[in-house]
Amino acid sequence: MHALLRHFFYFSSVLPHWRAILDGFLLTVEMSVLTILVGIPLGLVLAVIRLLGVKAVNLLVMIYVDVFRAVPQLVIIVIFYFALPYGGISMGPATATVAALSLVLAALAEEIFWASIGAVPKGQWDAGRSTGLGFLSTLRYIILPQAIRMSVPPLTNRAIGISKSTTLGSVVAAPELLNITGSLQSNTANPSFLTVGALLFILLFLPLVRWSRWLEGQMQQRKV
Amino acid sequence: MTEAAVSAESGVDQRKKDLVIIRDLRKNYAALEVLRGINLTVRQGEAVVLVGPSGSGKSTCLRCINRLEDPASGQIFLGDTEVTSRHIDLNRLRQRIGMVFQGINLYPHLTALENVTLALRKVVGLSRHAANEKGKHFLSIVGLADRFDFYPSQLSGGQQQRVGIARALALEPEVMLFDEPTSSLDPELVGEVLNVMKRMRESGMTMVVVTHEMQFAGEMADRVVFMEQGAILQEGRAEEVFGASAHPRIRDFLQRVKTGGY
Repeated sequence: MHALLRHFFYFSSVLPHWRAILDGFLLTVEMSVLTILVGIPLGLVLAVIRLLGVKAVNLLVMIYVDVFRAVPQLVIIVIFYFALPYGGISMGPATATVAALSLVLAALAEEIFWASIGAVPKGQWDAGRSTGLGFLSTLRYIILPQAIRMSVPPLTNRAIGISKSTTLGSVVAAPELLNITGSLQSNTANPSFLTVGALLFILLFLPLVRWSRWLEGQMQQRKV
Repeated sequence: MTEAAVSAESGVDQRKKDLVIIRDLRKNYAALEVLRGINLTVRQGEAVVLVGPSGSGKSTCLRCINRLEDPASGQIFLGDTEVTSRHIDLNRLRQRIGMVFQGINLYPHLTALENVTLALRKVVGLSRHAANEKGKHFLSIVGLADRFDFYPSQLSGGQQQRVGIARALALEPEVMLFDEPTSSLDPELVGEVLNVMKRMRESGMTMVVVTHEMQFAGEMADRVVFMEQGAILQEGRAEEVFGASAHPRIRDFLQRVKTGGY
């Protein structure tokens, strides 16, 4: 027990490196927020585009979604960082990670939004259209508010999962939290850095997890 | 004496103009013919009730009138406007036709008042204030003035359907379509909805109603139209269609409705 405490909770040895750890933490926050801010709206746009029902376009959307769901995120990050420069697209490690993960999240979000839109009863469309609302107005004021509410719990889960995948950025040397704490752990042979890293991840994601649970409760209350 | 009262007493007032005209309406789902040449005219201020067995095409016929369904062929007119024209502005047309649904279809994320005012604001273009005034007026017409800020889930089925009626009425349509408005309601809640409809009828609203409430149909219909297998089997005053001169298959149907075998 004493050995465990000494190895994993030896915080006084961590303190001198607080600056590097904070930078890693902030980069992780930044990458997570950017991934969510790009990925989720893009997923919604794709779902709405699919709703318009142009066959060729839908085929493209579905190929995109299937490919980005099927290929491991790590591979996509590596391709974005190492392969795209040959095509003239050069990105830093953090940017490449965010770009790759945003596109993965968009694919997952598109599926969730699509399913939710389909789960809104057809009578809602009938009611909206019968009062003279057009397709897009019905979508905007009647269908999407309900569909988005249904999407929030699964979407939050996906968003949290993808945000945790920002740690994959360490393979292309993005100096995010796990990369920093992992390096410090190797250099100093002190696993307490990983403990601190884990605590910071909890600090970041626990409010999100709680928030998604609260939202689920709200939804059930209103029986939407 | 009001015009509505005249038409109530004499059945059909010949001076009133034809408002909804349906000519040789046909519709099929693949090989299944749902509507096989419907011809029907509804005069202004008239209440026409469509009855008949399930799958006889009543609802489909109704939904063709505001083009929620597209007919395969035939023509429909609302006044001078050809509903079935390819070039029609459907959103403008639909403001002139109110519809009340079997599934009620209130917007669950909006309050009763917001349900009524959504189209007033986004289609008619009223300000929030003007739309709210109007919305409250129409909610009070259906007896729900005190429930304007309730969500649908906080209302009974009968109250929900009355909001559904207010939502359609608020656009001040020329004709109201009712697609089995009481079918999804518990029996004790049916009366309040039918009462609202009777009051609308007395105020002279043109109505086309699909219903299984035979007694109600008999009481309020200027004309009863009996449909079977996508065609009109018989139409006329309630006494004719439901009475001694009824077609044998209609008598058969009425018998089944009465004994619950339907």
